[in-house]
Formats: sequence, C-alpha cells, structure tokens
Amino acid sequence: VENVRLLDRLSSRKAALGTLYLTATHVIFVENGSETRKETWVLHSQISSIEKQATTASGCPLLIRCKNFQVIQLVIPQERDCHDIYISLIRLARPVKYEELYCFSFNPKLDKEEREQGWKLVDLNEEYNRMGIPNNYWQISDVNRDYGVCDSYPTEVYVPKSATAHIIVGSSKFRSRRRFPALSYYYKDNNASICRSSQPLSGFSARCLEDEQMLQAIRKANPGSDFLYVVDTRPKLNAMANRAAGKGYENEDNYSNIKFQFIGIENIHVMRSSLQKMLEVCELKSPSMSDFLWGLENSGWLKHIKAIMDAGIFIAKAVAEEGVSVLVHCSDGWDRTAQVCSVASLLLDPYYRTMKGFMVLIEKDWVSFGHKFNHRYGNLDGDPKEISPVIDQFIECVWQLMEQFPCAFEFNERFLIHIQHHIYSCQFGNFLCNSQKERRELKIQERTYSLWAHLWKNRADYLNPLYRSNHSQMQGTLRPQMAPCNFLYKFWSGMYNRFEKGLHPRQSVTDYLMAVKEETQQLEEELEVLGERLANLQKSQLNYNKIKSKQQDQSKQLGLSTSNNSLANTPQEYSNDLKSFPSRSPSQGDEEDSALILTQDNLKSSDPDLSANSDQESGVEDLSCRSPSGGGCLPSEDSGKDSDEAVFLA
Amino acid sequence: MMRSSQPLTGTNGRRCKEDEKLINATLRPGKRGYIIDTRSLNVAQQARAKGGGFEQEAHYPQWRRIHKCIERFNILQESLIKLVEACNDQSHNMDRWLSKLEASNWLTHIKEILTAACLAAQCIDREGASVLVHGTEGTDSTLQVTSLAQIILDPRCRTIRGFESLVVREWLQAGHPFQQRCAQSAYSNSKQKWEAPVFLLFLDCVWQILRQFPCSFEFNEQFLIMLFEHAYASQFGTFLGNNENERSKLKLPQKTMSLWSWVNRSEELSKFQNPLFEANSLVIWPSVAPQSLQLWEGVFLRWNRPSKFLDEAQEEMINIIKYN
Repeated sequence: VENVRLLDRLSSRKAALGTLYLTATHVIFVENGSETRKETWVLHSQISSIEKQATTASGCPLLIRCKNFQVIQLVIPQERDCHDIYISLIRLARPVKYEELYCFSFNPKLDKEEREQGWKLVDLNEEYNRMGIPNNYWQISDVNRDYGVCDSYPTEVYVPKSATAHIIVGSSKFRSRRRFPALSYYYKDNNASICRSSQPLSGFSARCLEDEQMLQAIRKANPGSDFLYVVDTRPKLNAMANRAAGKGYENEDNYSNIKFQFIGIENIHVMRSSLQKMLEVCELKSPSMSDFLWGLENSGWLKHIKAIMDAGIFIAKAVAEEGVSVLVHCSDGWDRTAQVCSVASLLLDPYYRTMKGFMVLIEKDWVSFGHKFNHRYGNLDGDPKEISPVIDQFIECVWQLMEQFPCAFEFNERFLIHIQHHIYSCQFGNFLCNSQKERRELKIQERTYSLWAHLWKNRADYLNPLYRSNHSQMQGTLRPQMAPCNFLYKFWSGMYNRFEKGLHPRQSVTDYLMAVKEETQQLEEELEVLGERLANLQKSQLNYNKIKSKQQDQSKQLGLSTSNNSLANTPQEYSNDLKSFPSRSPSQGDEEDSALILTQDNLKSSDPDLSANSDQESGVEDLSCRSPSGGGCLPSEDSGKDSDEAVFLA
Repeated sequence: MMRSSQPLTGTNGRRCKEDEKLINATLRPGKRGYIIDTRSLNVAQQARAKGGGFEQEAHYPQWRRIHKCIERFNILQESLIKLVEACNDQSHNMDRWLSKLEASNWLTHIKEILTAACLAAQCIDREGASVLVHGTEGTDSTLQVTSLAQIILDPRCRTIRGFESLVVREWLQAGHPFQQRCAQSAYSNSKQKWEAPVFLLFLDCVWQILRQFPCSFEFNEQFLIMLFEHAYASQFGTFLGNNENERSKLKLPQKTMSLWSWVNRSEELSKFQNPLFEANSLVIWPSVAPQSLQLWEGVFLRWNRPSKFLDEAQEEMINIIKYN
C-alpha cells in the first residue's frame, strides 16, 4: 500500500511517507525518497494488538502494539485499504499452526551440522555435572523417560538418591499436573539445594505417604540441616482458596521437619494487568513527573518485580547463609516457581552471570521444566487469559541487578533485550510450545535453529566491558538489599521505551568502553606483531630494510564525539503540551523558517491562533525521536541477510 | 543571554526607557528577543501589587515573553526534606516508596528547571535570538536557567575549568545567597526562612545531563557531589557569604583559602575526572521525559548502601581507558 504515513510517537508532527508491505512473516514500511530508504520491519509474531482509530481528514490511523514494546502508528490514506490491512494483520498475528511461525521458514544459511551444533551449545547434563551431580546425595532419574510420570517435565530429572521410583511416582500423583519435587539447583559448598514442584493436592486434610517421603528425602540429602524450607510463592489467601478445590499447601504437622513460608507473589492475571497499566503510562503523551510516578505506582509493576527479587533473595540466603534446602512451588510450579528459582540461582552462582551460564539457566529452569511459552507469549492464537509477562519479569530482575552490581555480569543490557525480543519473535525454535515433550514431537531441533547459537556467534555485541571474572562481584553470592531506598528499582526505559531512543542516554557507556577494549586488543596484537618483527630484524641485522608498516588509524573508531549516531542534535519538545507548533504570526513578518516551540498559554493573548506545523529541522538529522530503522535495533535484522530472506518467502 | 531581576512595573505600569534601551541593545539586527520569566503568569501579575511585575508588550515590542514556572525557593526546602525522609524510610513497601518520592516533587522541580533551561538554549541556538531570564529577585531560578543553558550550549562549560568558571560567574558573582540558602540542609530542627536547595537542584540537573551524555563532561559525578558538600559546609571560603559585596567586606580572599586552589591541584583533580570524556563541540539536548530523569542515588541514597560495587565499576572504567 502506497502513500502510507508512519507517525513518530514522540512528536506528532514528524511523519515519514512511504510504502507498506505485508509478507508472510513481516510488516515492512519503506520510507520514500530518502537516500537511506529507511525500513521498519515488524515480525507478525511480535504483534500484540492492532487498533483501528477514527478516520480523520489525513487518513485512517492504525496503531500496532508489539510484544517487544514497539508501538507503530500508521496512517493509511484509503479506508478500504486500512480495513484490509487490519483484517490481514489480525489473521497474520494469530497463527493457528506452528508451521506458520517464522522459525520454520527462517534460513540463516547454515548447514545441517552447524544447526545441530547450535542446539548442542547448551547441555543440561553438563550443567548438573558442573554442579557436582551425580554424587552421594543426588542422582539422575529416568523415571520420566517417556513423559509417563509428568508430561510437562523433562525426561531427565534429578532427585535425591533415597527417592525411589515408587516414591517419585507416588509423590507425582499428589501434585498438581504431576509436577513432583525435583532438583533445580545444588549448592555444593554446603549441600543445600533448591527443589521445585507444584502445589500438593492436599485439600483440607488429604495426605500422601510418598510425597511426605519425597520431602524427607530432599531434607536428608542435606546432612547439614535438620529441616527443610517449603516456600509457597503465592499470597496466603490464594493458596488457601486452592484448598477448597482439593489442592493447597503443605501442612507443617504432616510433613516432618519443614518450615513453611508464604511469599506472596501475585498471579499471572494480576501481572498481565500490571504490565498493561504500565504500558499505558508509557503511552502518555508528555506526562508530567507526577503523572508518570503516580501511574507507575498505580500499575504496581515495580512492586511485583521486587516481590520476585525478594523471594529469590530469601531462598539464596537460606541456601548460602543458613545452609538449608528449599522446596519452592506456586500453583502449577511453572511461573512464579521458575522466576524465583532462577533469580535465586543467579544470586548464588556466578556461573549464571556469565553469558553461557545465563543461557543454561533459562534452558534449565524455564525451557526444560515446562514453562508454557506458547500460552504465555502467544506463539499461536490462544486464550488471552493465559498471556502474562512472566519471563519478562525475570529478565527485568536481572537488569535491576545489573544496575546495582555493574561488574557482576558478563553480559550487558542488550543481551537481555534481545533474548526478550526472541522469546516473542519465534524466529528461533527454543521457545516454542509448552513443554519439552511437545517440542520433541514437533522435531523442533531438526526444523529450526537455536537462538543460543545465534547469540553466541554475536557475543561480542553482548559483552559487559566492566566484567572481570576475578572481580569481587563475581565471587560467590550476590547479596542485594531489600528496602526500596537501599535497592533503587528503576523504570527500565531501555525495555519499555526501547524504540524511543530520544529517551535514553545519548551516549552509551557500554559501547564506548567496548570500543576502547577492542582498540586495546588490536593494539596489543599489533604490538606483538611488531615485537616479532623487531626480534627478527635484530637477528638478521640488516639495517637497510625500511619498515613499511601500514598502520591503520584505529583512533577514529572511538570517535563518539565525531558526529552521528548517538548524539541527538535536536532539541526535544520543551513546552507544556507538546501539541502546538506555531508558525510566525503574519504581523511579525519574519523570514525565518524554523519556529520556536511555544504553547498557547505562553503567548500573549493578542497572538493569532497557532497552527501546528512548522518544521524545526534545519538539516540536522533528528536522531532522538525516530522510530527504529530496520537495521538498527531489531535483533532479527542484525544479520541483514535474514530479513531479506523473509520477504521472498511468501 | 542576559539575566536580571523583575522590572518594577507596579500597578501603574511604570516604564523605564533606560531599561528598554539596555535590553534592546542586545538584540541582533532584525531579530526579536525572548524574555523567560521563571514565574507563572499569575504570579508575575500578582507581583505588580507589591511594586514588581513584568515587561509590558507595549514597552518591549521586540520581545516575546514566555512564562516557564519554576517553583519558588521556599517550596524547594520542603521538597528536599520530604525526599530525604523518603530515602530514610527503611520499610520494604514499594508503594510507599514511590508515593513518597512522588509527593516530594523533587523530580518535578528537576523537570521544570531543565525544561526552562532547554527552552532558553533553544531560543539562542535555534532562533539566534537574544534571551533575558528573570524571576523575582534573579538570584535563584534565574541562575539555574542561565547556568544550565550554558552547559547545554557551550562545551567549554563541560570542562572542569569551564564549569568552575560557570559556577563563579553564574552563582557566586551573580549573587546567589549561599549563606541564606545553604545554612542548614535537610536535617535541621528549625525551619530556616531563607533556606532552599537551589544550588543542589542545579547540580542535580547537571548530573541528569551528565547521565544522558556520559562522554561529554570532563568532570564526573564525584565532582558535583563535592561542590554540593562545600556549598553547605567547607573549610574553604569560596561559598561563604551571599554576594561579592559581603565577601569583600568579610575580607574572605585574605582570610580564607579558595576551594578552587585545592580542587585544581592535579592529585585532587584526578579524582574528579571523567575517564569517558571525549571533547566535542556539540550542543547537547537532554530529554526531559519522566523516564529520562532519575533519582540522584549518589547524593540521596549515598549512605543507604555500600558504594563498593559502583566504586569497583568506576575503577574498572578507569583501568580500561588507562590501559588503552
């Protein structure tokens, strides 16, 4: 569709004119005329909602909201076209079959061997070995080898040595969705462990010998402690309500030597609504500080993030400081349980703060343990009530930690943002379906590619320059504080306003330091080369050989100060309502083009009505408030070849 | 850019030809000027009843007046007290924290001040127009606007020496009443009538810009924190007194040491240098969206948690660059 306008979210006056394309996998907007032919690509799987707004004189507005928080506002000249696009997008954004997803057509031009290798990059067996298992207390069990015991668990689970198959099977019958207690993390320093499960089907008074034995087995696997924490991550009220439905929580009287604890993290519906409210705040046009802070508070988002973090801190403390094992569950043990176990593991074990370790962590606590990616993130069209930003919250917890402990993580913010992006993009097969069983049935590993391999290949982009493995922040447990005045939870504009570059710092410390480090490395390499040459020359003692070294001038690569990218040379809108951009009143007779931004209430009453369309730009590229270019920030476009492929696959 | 105090128009609409001549003399040929009044229109109008007021259109036809309201100094102290109280509240309640933060209005003031400064800078840079800034006395919000505008416009103000000169020019020489404003800070038991964290707000605004343009300043956060501390309590005489007149009467240059003489020694200066600094000649436009403004942890949460982790990060940055 031609003559479509792409509006700029931050300043309503800047609209780019271009052509809109719909392909089998993407929506693409290509700007007219400019030498750059700027492109904006959006994957259908990223589309969260489409809104047709009231037709105005300038056309029919269409608002596309994405799961990666990109918001695209288009104006289609003809109503009929707009309607067609709307209907098409609704269908395209709601696939019914897995085969419709991008990962089945995405072709990064790797051979079969490379594809396989990519899937082998993260190996959970290796991971449990790294933890120190099998050992005297823990072993691998194949009781679930055909998913016969629990179809949302992996085939390989780790259990206490004293937990026989009979105990495991018995316990699984007493747990919601058959998700019996299994090992998530083993802390070899003191044998304490983090185990996870779902809620017991205890109702008001039901008991199960095998389940009680299972918990005993877990406790006994830690000889250093005579009791076990059982942490229910739900609010007490919800857990109690579950009892009426025949489920519930562990009764301290029935289970010997447990200490029971409610943590109080809200459920997926509350979280979905919380995110919704926060995004509404983000969409406010020029909010005041009060509007923003009040809106943020009202959404409760940071409160929930903190609740998850606090639970992780509690568990990490129990394990590292008290030496007590913890069994974590929520209702089904695949949402809050996953969040809390992975936060705790991250705090406890520096390995998970490395790039590879983080991939392993997600693979372990989210992918293998049956987090319902399809339902939660809408790979396929499904029940909207199942949608919830569960893993997003975990990823944000990691970011909040990165802000407080800048040297503690091998990876940077971009790594987290790209992972979040790809959980929704379905460009890779890692986060499809709801369980390992489903993924194997669909033969995901033979038909799609692994995100981990892709990220690993590009790992130079994801490094944290401040990371050093021998830093104090990388030794042992991280111990964040809990009161909000001691651990400042920040609004993550890098994620929720990701595509509004004007809101972010205009110079990136990470990029700068990475550039310096790269240059240092090149200089070191050059130094080595020159050193060898020198040695050779001294050996041969030929003094008539002139050294013609063509040294590249590397210093310019550091030039963040020179022109372009990061610095926005355009002022933002510093007036009150950001709506009106008055042209000169005729009486002033001024010949200048550029207008100052003034608002109605600033001007004297004798001024004529303000019109809204003077162009402030005087040839300076506005980098502050632009919608993303196709090549810039969307990870799927990083290796430009991928995106080109997609166009022609329709 | 000029600064002044309010014109004494009064209820009779007095005019002063000399005043008009003076500011008209700054106009560039064929261009108009902007008067940025840091009071709301209402407040400016009410000022007339007490003999003050604003520049009337009829008498200053080549000037366009913009009101960019910045909160009056007495409100600011209350704001600081509330903020500090919020930062001391050790409860684990996030809602409470956010609502106390919001109720303090501190970040609202930051936004207001930065916005006004950006507007002033915009007039100059984009319009090529002259600007006159004033509030009531011209000793508080006026100075915030003029000094921040210069930081936006002039890269020299982002160097250490340049910033020191800026502080001397726009705050000390311009007569910001430091002795009145920085007597007690937030924990005082008695309410001081003239107390207000005007200079701290200015430093906070500089920090906000520094955070958004981390490679554009020769000095680091520690430098700003140091200035904040010395404004309130110092072994140096630089921030004593309310204006040059008082300082001269107190014979401060003879009886005290200057802060700058100490800070500018190379061993001290090295602590305040920003390792990421790359001189540029650009005008830098900060974002004043709420998402872009943050609580200045380094000052307000400074004593709440160990600085160890952030110090290590700073050290690492320095190492990376030094090694290169």
